[in-house]
Amino acid sequence: MATFNIQVNGRQQQVDVDPDTPILWVLRDHLQLVGTKYGCGIAQCGACTIHLEGTAVRACSLPVSSVGDKPITTIEGLSEDASHALQEAWREHDVPQCGYCQAGQLMSAASFLKSNPNPTEAEIDAAMEGNLCRCGTYNRIKEAILTAAQNS
Amino acid sequence: MTLIKTKHNRRSFLKVTAASGGGLMLGFSWAMSCTPADKVGEIPLEWFDINAFLSIAQSGKVTIMSPNPEIGQNVKTSMPMVVAEELDVKWEDVIVKQAPLNTDVFERQVAGGSQSLRKGWQALRMAGATAKQMLIEAAAKKWNVDKSTCSASLGVIAGEGGKSVTYGEIASFAAEMQVPDEVKLKDPSEFTLIGTDRGNVDMEGIITGKPLFGLDTYKDGMQFAVVLRPPAFGTKLKSYDDTGAKTVKGVNDVIRFGDKVAVLANSTWAAMKGKKALQAEWDNDENLESTNYHDRELRKLLNTKAEEPKRKDGDVNKGFSQADKIVEKVYEAPFLPHNCLEPMNFYAHVTPEKVDLLGPIQTPERTRRQVAELLGRDQSEIFIGMTRMGGGFGRRLYGDFVLEAAEISKLANSPVKVIFSREDDMTAGTYRPASKYKFKAGLKDGKMIAYHLVGAGVNMGNATREKNFPAGTVANYLVESHNLKSNITTGAWRAPITNFLAYAEQSFFDELAESAGADPVQFRLDLFQQAKDNPVGTVDYDIDKFMGVIKLAAEKANWGNPDAGIFQGFSAYYSHNTYVAEVAEVIMKKDTPVVTKVTCAVDCGIVINPIAAKNQVEGGVVDGVGHAMYGDFSFYNGQPQQNNFHQYRMIRMKEAPKVETHFVKSYNDPTGLGEPALPPAGGAVANAIYKATGQRFYKQPFMKDQIVLG
Repeated sequence: MATFNIQVNGRQQQVDVDPDTPILWVLRDHLQLVGTKYGCGIAQCGACTIHLEGTAVRACSLPVSSVGDKPITTIEGLSEDASHALQEAWREHDVPQCGYCQAGQLMSAASFLKSNPNPTEAEIDAAMEGNLCRCGTYNRIKEAILTAAQNS
Repeated sequence: MTLIKTKHNRRSFLKVTAASGGGLMLGFSWAMSCTPADKVGEIPLEWFDINAFLSIAQSGKVTIMSPNPEIGQNVKTSMPMVVAEELDVKWEDVIVKQAPLNTDVFERQVAGGSQSLRKGWQALRMAGATAKQMLIEAAAKKWNVDKSTCSASLGVIAGEGGKSVTYGEIASFAAEMQVPDEVKLKDPSEFTLIGTDRGNVDMEGIITGKPLFGLDTYKDGMQFAVVLRPPAFGTKLKSYDDTGAKTVKGVNDVIRFGDKVAVLANSTWAAMKGKKALQAEWDNDENLESTNYHDRELRKLLNTKAEEPKRKDGDVNKGFSQADKIVEKVYEAPFLPHNCLEPMNFYAHVTPEKVDLLGPIQTPERTRRQVAELLGRDQSEIFIGMTRMGGGFGRRLYGDFVLEAAEISKLANSPVKVIFSREDDMTAGTYRPASKYKFKAGLKDGKMIAYHLVGAGVNMGNATREKNFPAGTVANYLVESHNLKSNITTGAWRAPITNFLAYAEQSFFDELAESAGADPVQFRLDLFQQAKDNPVGTVDYDIDKFMGVIKLAAEKANWGNPDAGIFQGFSAYYSHNTYVAEVAEVIMKKDTPVVTKVTCAVDCGIVINPIAAKNQVEGGVVDGVGHAMYGDFSFYNGQPQQNNFHQYRMIRMKEAPKVETHFVKSYNDPTGLGEPALPPAGGAVANAIYKATGQRFYKQPFMKDQIVLG
């Protein structure tokens, strides 16, 4: 075990875990931040997407030891009052079915929109390729991203 | 009459016993309440339980229990909508809660077969209507007027002379009223909530990352359990060495149960690492089956005469001998894992007093029975709470992971959460069985005069749907089915059997129509017309509804007159009491076909929550297209050959076609919707790709035929 100081959603946190522990399990098991989901463990499904210094990364494949002092944002910290343009758009389009992948979808989309505020559909397809939705809500996710882009 | 002492001070369950004179007679498992004073300390004073489904607060807020498990089919929103409609309250005043398993007051708490709303419809309506009537009667009593002079709407009861009282104000009195023997339901034309778009009741939790799912369960003292299971079907645990596992920091214990070994730890990661450090040896005294074995055996069965046909009308051999054209094709499907994005998991805490279980399960009632048997406990000591599920698709009909959790908790004498890794989830599955179908049809002067279907599947039981189309439309009809027994666990997978059979059949009919020189839509309509005018044997589907969706889809998609460069394919199927027709559109982009759009016409009776109902259709189509294109799973010596998403391809955003949904306007009782849009999707797409490329597909996934979609 080793002690790590990490910054999550603007707060300094200290955790005592094995250095190879993926940040996904640190968030879920040690910090009670369960919005970040486990789906595959090998960065193939995107359910665990978080932001590291504002960039979307897969938390299942990111050991806590490699985080350092880079700030982490999780779905719980995407906005203070669930008012991010994407969260608003998710409501408007009633996107989820089971809902399990949606935190990861939102985090991928949020990072993407920051770098490309007015994307085309093809650019959204490319940016969201790493996020699986087993229920098949892809069209709604895409429409919601377009709506959020328009509204922000 | 027995009073049941429970947490709720008033419970009743309504059952239809007879209908008369516009009202419905109600019977009750028990009708009258305990006195509220019995339990006054246990519930907030301002809430009043009117019946098992709902309670009303003084503030006018209404809590409605959603009885069935939520797997993404939207029942947690749409079932309470039905209660709220009859209760006549503003949806904004409704708080929805997930009910636990409670067979005393709820019926059929199952997520399966697309039947939640169809089977729950009457009970949900009556729960709301009964409560509304009790509220009205309470107001009438308070005002000392006849109840017939009072009416209720949107949470307010009005009496003559401008008298008015809110549901909240009168709730405490209503809770004391006798449950009416008879209650009047609204005429569907009076519905104001049903038929309007209402957002998912768990939306806020989903988009802000609140704990909703089974995997989000964390309890005091809980250990995390990851299980080593036999690596191949047909193998058994011979011996294991846990020396390495026990040196992993955070691992507390290693426990063998049956042919499995559980690693218990104080974190998920430690448990996963501990499992990887286990050394195990495996024995086998059974066959270790491979995909080429299944292929060979299933093909043999297709050419075998079944002992008993599933259905036989006329004489197919005579029909074939009179035909001027015969079309015969074989279609083949692989096993499929469910791949719910939330892997299997469950929480269990077994103590001498009781067994607490919590997690994602589609069949809590059956699972409770199985746990009781496993542990030798009375069912009354077992409590199952239901979390939201990160997908079901049939996998969570099977409670193997609940049994594991219960057994491990008992052996470890500790609360545990069992967690499947993705690899565990994909390799310890309950798979969609591999299957094959042989279709043979005889045409004479462009008309189908004989039809013979042989199906064969692995642990599939009856691989056919012998009563479905085209039964009834053809004079000489024979359906046979074969079962190949296997030690690979198989089970229901979204739209069991029809998830592939519909594809095969609807692809075959496209080919048949072409051979007959007919338009594929008209070819089907002519067959239905024939069945309508002169049915052969019994016809179990509604011909008019079937023809209705076919015509609607054709009209909405502008069938037969697509824009330049667009190729269309047609498919229609009846499953789960619902009729769906789909037109797929394909364009060619740099010599590769791209599926751009699927237009759907759906007759599922009354549509309760259109925005969510459309979501089900969209998802069903994407699911159907995705698995038809990419879904592939194989075995070698009993061992699954794919174990995660780098080896098992799932449809992704750029491959998902647009979906346009048209519901047939209907006041009929609701039928299924979680599954029926899937079966026709693969066929519509395959038929469109054929138009675009001239290539037919006889195997899923289409990727096997080297088709690449742009």
